[in-house]
Amino acid sequence: MHDTLVDYDKQMGLENFHPALVKGPVGVNKNSLGEADLFGTEPKIISRGVNFYYGAKRALNNINISFAQRRVTAIIGPSGCGKSTFIRLLNRMHELVPGTRLEGEILLDGLDILSPACDPAELRKRVGMVFQKPNPFPKTVFENVAYGLEVNGVTDRQVIEATVVDSLKKAALWGEIKDRLKDSALGLSGGQQQRLCIARALAVSPEVILFDEPCASLDPISTGKIEELILELKKEYTIVIVTHNMQQAARVSDRTAFFLMGDLIEEGRTDNIFKAPRDRRTEDYITGRFG
Amino acid sequence: MNRRKERFIKYLFTAVAFSSLAFLVGIILVLFKEALPIFKTVSPSAFLLGTSWYPTAEPPEFGILPLIVASLWVTAGALVICVPLGVGSALYLHELAGNKQRAVLKPVIEILASVPSIVYGFFGMVVLAPFLQTALDLPIGLTAFTTSLILGVMATPTVASIAEDALSYVPRSFREASFAVGADRWQTLTKVIIPAAGSGISTAVILGMSRAIGETMTVLMVAGGSAIIPESIFDPVRPMTAAIAAEMGEAPVGSDHYHALFAIALILFLITFAFNVAAELISRRYRLKLGQAR
Repeated sequence: MHDTLVDYDKQMGLENFHPALVKGPVGVNKNSLGEADLFGTEPKIISRGVNFYYGAKRALNNINISFAQRRVTAIIGPSGCGKSTFIRLLNRMHELVPGTRLEGEILLDGLDILSPACDPAELRKRVGMVFQKPNPFPKTVFENVAYGLEVNGVTDRQVIEATVVDSLKKAALWGEIKDRLKDSALGLSGGQQQRLCIARALAVSPEVILFDEPCASLDPISTGKIEELILELKKEYTIVIVTHNMQQAARVSDRTAFFLMGDLIEEGRTDNIFKAPRDRRTEDYITGRFG
Repeated sequence: MNRRKERFIKYLFTAVAFSSLAFLVGIILVLFKEALPIFKTVSPSAFLLGTSWYPTAEPPEFGILPLIVASLWVTAGALVICVPLGVGSALYLHELAGNKQRAVLKPVIEILASVPSIVYGFFGMVVLAPFLQTALDLPIGLTAFTTSLILGVMATPTVASIAEDALSYVPRSFREASFAVGADRWQTLTKVIIPAAGSGISTAVILGMSRAIGETMTVLMVAGGSAIIPESIFDPVRPMTAAIAAEMGEAPVGSDHYHALFAIALILFLITFAFNVAAELISRRYRLKLGQAR
């Protein structure tokens, strides 16, 4: 019964009026067809009517959201709400897990990234990712950053060296590490490893960077450095960050989306979400009543 | 009462745990005690480097170089077979096989490891050797080549199963990181996963090697038994294990021949011991490399 309704909504083009989304004053945050308040920018990524399944289990329900160009969008929500699942769709990392199914549409600059014509490797060069736990390869610092260039066929030694240096600088790691380029990356501290992973992502010149709880395993000082870095990076890159930590979302993001049990409950400008949430569940979550 | 029982159990388990150590020490002591007297008759260098093994001639000659060469030769041949087969199977199981295939293939590979060596030997003697003799037009089918083939197949499951373990220890996060910068599956495999599992795969190869060099029954049945330094891979050979097994029954206890056979066993023990130490060192370095050291 429910499924037929969803199908009906789709046919009628009504899926954007999902009940979770139409609460609150219409026009502030109506839907994601570019009408959301994206600071006057074109949306970089648009997700329309996205449903996602692990086997028969539905993990995401009809997600409609747009991501503003060169802004930071934070995705918050309790564990298991689907926030990490969702950002992994944006560079098709979900395909590494067998037995999943995705419905709906995800557009990057208007290009349908889910179409068979879209090469996932090309997509991932444009949409980079930084993971929950720092995951440098057991290689040297230099090799880690150069890896993305190497697998994408860059052979010019000078280009590689210049890009590595540049990426390390952008990741605010160069000063600490310039004498240790030939050392194993596994000898760095956790925070340095995470910034190295950011440099590795930057080296292939992405347009979007997805951060999947990047500070989950870091101490407060390292976390602070990563947050500063994110604020610096948003001048050049579109950033989506999943975080458990609401203070972090408030500090770094321009827009915030709140997920709960596979639904997008509410999204909007970060200050609005935190000061005047429209949905009761958002309010309960950000005031710490659950989660 | 209870405390007494607990203490008893503790001692019992301590004894059990230390029993392997006791066996090892015992074996080493016996090996040395029975092997050393031969060096009163021949010098260690003449023993190791002598090219004539005529232990029952008058006067006897105790040069075991042909036996050592034969062992190394068939082991090297076995490696040529078991490394590509074993590592290839491991890569297939880990990378390409679906869960269903893996559920069938892994047990099959393990069954291959549990086939008794006499069965392999028998197969080599009655099927493979006559076949190779006619196919390759050889004077005799029982050769170093035949032995290498059989030993290679025997060592394959060891290599495959340990290499597969090594691959599966590589954290999934490496794979994700590689894909996330636009690498494809093949690049991820060759540039990240295999290097990260490299020491584990070397361990697999070394353990496959000790399996091959220590194998006795098969070698006794198919190697041909001639104690001369082989000139081609199609010569019959007499590896160390085969020499011990074939001659121990005829050597009078306490004779030079008897002590010489123990000395061969000692050399063999030292070789496999070195292999195992190397495997352990490499796998320890590997755990360090992956940050999994205790």
